[in-house]
Amino acid sequence: MLVSRKQAPSLKRQLWVAFLVVPPIVFMSLFVVYPILSAFAYAFYDWQGLARGEFVGLRNFKEVLFGATMAPVVWNAFLHNVYALIALMIIQNGGGFLLAWLLYKEPFGFRFHRIAVFVPVVLSTIIVGFLWKLFLNPNFGIINQALYSLGLDALAKPWLGDSSTALGALILANAWHFVGFPTLVYLAGMQRIPPEIIEAARLDGTSEWQLLKNIVWPLVAPSTTILFTLLFIGAFNWFEIPYVMVGLDGSPFGTTDVLGLVFYRTAFGNQSASIQNFGMGSALATLLFLFIVVFASMLTLWLRRREIQF
Amino acid sequence: MTALTSQAPAARQPISFALLAQVILIANSFIMLYPVVVMVLSAFKTTGEIFEHPFALPDFTQVGNFAKVLSETAMPTYFMNSILVTGTSVILILVLGTMAGYAVARYESRTNTFILLFFLAGLMLPLKLAVIPLFILLRDLGLLDSRWSLIVTYTAIGLPSAVFIMAGFLRTLPSELEDAARIDGASEPRIMWSVMLPLARPPMAIAAIQNAVPIWNDFFFPLVFIQTDARKTLPQGLTTFMGEYTTDWGMLFAGLTIAAAPITLLYIALSRQFIQGMTAGAVK
Repeated sequence: MLVSRKQAPSLKRQLWVAFLVVPPIVFMSLFVVYPILSAFAYAFYDWQGLARGEFVGLRNFKEVLFGATMAPVVWNAFLHNVYALIALMIIQNGGGFLLAWLLYKEPFGFRFHRIAVFVPVVLSTIIVGFLWKLFLNPNFGIINQALYSLGLDALAKPWLGDSSTALGALILANAWHFVGFPTLVYLAGMQRIPPEIIEAARLDGTSEWQLLKNIVWPLVAPSTTILFTLLFIGAFNWFEIPYVMVGLDGSPFGTTDVLGLVFYRTAFGNQSASIQNFGMGSALATLLFLFIVVFASMLTLWLRRREIQF
Repeated sequence: MTALTSQAPAARQPISFALLAQVILIANSFIMLYPVVVMVLSAFKTTGEIFEHPFALPDFTQVGNFAKVLSETAMPTYFMNSILVTGTSVILILVLGTMAGYAVARYESRTNTFILLFFLAGLMLPLKLAVIPLFILLRDLGLLDSRWSLIVTYTAIGLPSAVFIMAGFLRTLPSELEDAARIDGASEPRIMWSVMLPLARPPMAIAAIQNAVPIWNDFFFPLVFIQTDARKTLPQGLTTFMGEYTTDWGMLFAGLTIAAAPITLLYIALSRQFIQGMTAGAVK
């Protein structure tokens, strides 16, 4: 051990150590452990506004998963979370991997590009959401304005008002916001590969594609594990971008509805129907929590197995 | 270490490939920066100018939108709230995180493993999903609709990672340092404060940036906890502001520019530290 004590810990020192550890632990217990344990308990009760009613067993869970009013909304939203996850996996994490590879070779101007790709990452999601909402405006947004000035009037659309493009627009706005994060995490992962390995492969005349596929991709597996797990958790907690760009109801016609919005509407109400249902909200949060924990651990274990020690 | 400045791999690339890489990188940086540039340029235009000449350069002396945002809206209040909430939360995270991290790293105890596991659990659990009980707890404590509701929430979220960052660093300091001070008769608090902590500034900076950026940008918890306009933070206040000026695009872009400016400028000045801090959880 690095910590060696010559004399037995005195009472004075024990009090000092307690003084150091007790406040942080009390704080965490009160504001993390207690709320999380309560979140599970609340789901088993009937709620009248902010007051807890009687114990109802699994009724809230049944209503969320199979109920006539709740279930269709929940499953519709769940599907959109899955779409977002798959699309972002490819665009955001895949794009980040390719950008990292280009930056790794340190071409002319790479310092500038490395800083540029991370600029959107430091901005608040609220700023990003509003910015793209203005850019995607059907009449005055720069996207359609650019299409008009190029004579491509036929391609101009009310991007966020059209059921076929709205979810895609949200996904692209999210990818614009965060692609810098996987880029720089992958870049750090690539910089940890011993340069001799890549050099040796080059001398053997390995093609660029073979090098990426057979050497770089397997060797950055630890970065992939963490990035895919974070994206998985993020995709099922998705809330801010849809909330700002399409509103609480996931307009148009629920085509952009996601579980985060459903949860918020259920627990805290919305403008049109300010009914708060903490029981149902807690049931949805608990299910989402279990889903994320189970699948994220499975994903992590599966991805870990791909990792190679070097 | 995050090797942000490693040596370039001495690779010979075909010219065509290098050219393609340049094209992709330049196109990507353009896509990343141009929306931000349009936002800033539009903030100097009137709404009519934005609609008619969206891509034109503005008259940079025309700062009416900015003046109006700063004098007629609650934006300065939102700013102050964000600074107060972020500053207090980061200080609390550093103080509590250093206390627990120091105890675990520098004193042998049978409870250390338990303490670390306790904070590890806090690192994995998304508090966002426990927002309903947190809401009720804060109401019972009389903290709802106050800045403290946000400060305690952010401190709870940020504390576990700070404990791990601080403990990981403090463990690497040689024990000769404190032994020497102890022989000189220094008390334990004195050793911590005057001998060990002055050496622990780099991990404190990492923990501060890692927490400050998400706290500054957070929207979800203020949305649930804060009702009173005078206590809203910047991201939440921005939604109020955007709702008030929906048709005045010059004002909207000026508001967005003012909201984005501090963190963007700070990032450009300290990009190394920002990147290191924000990827600290994902890069070993």
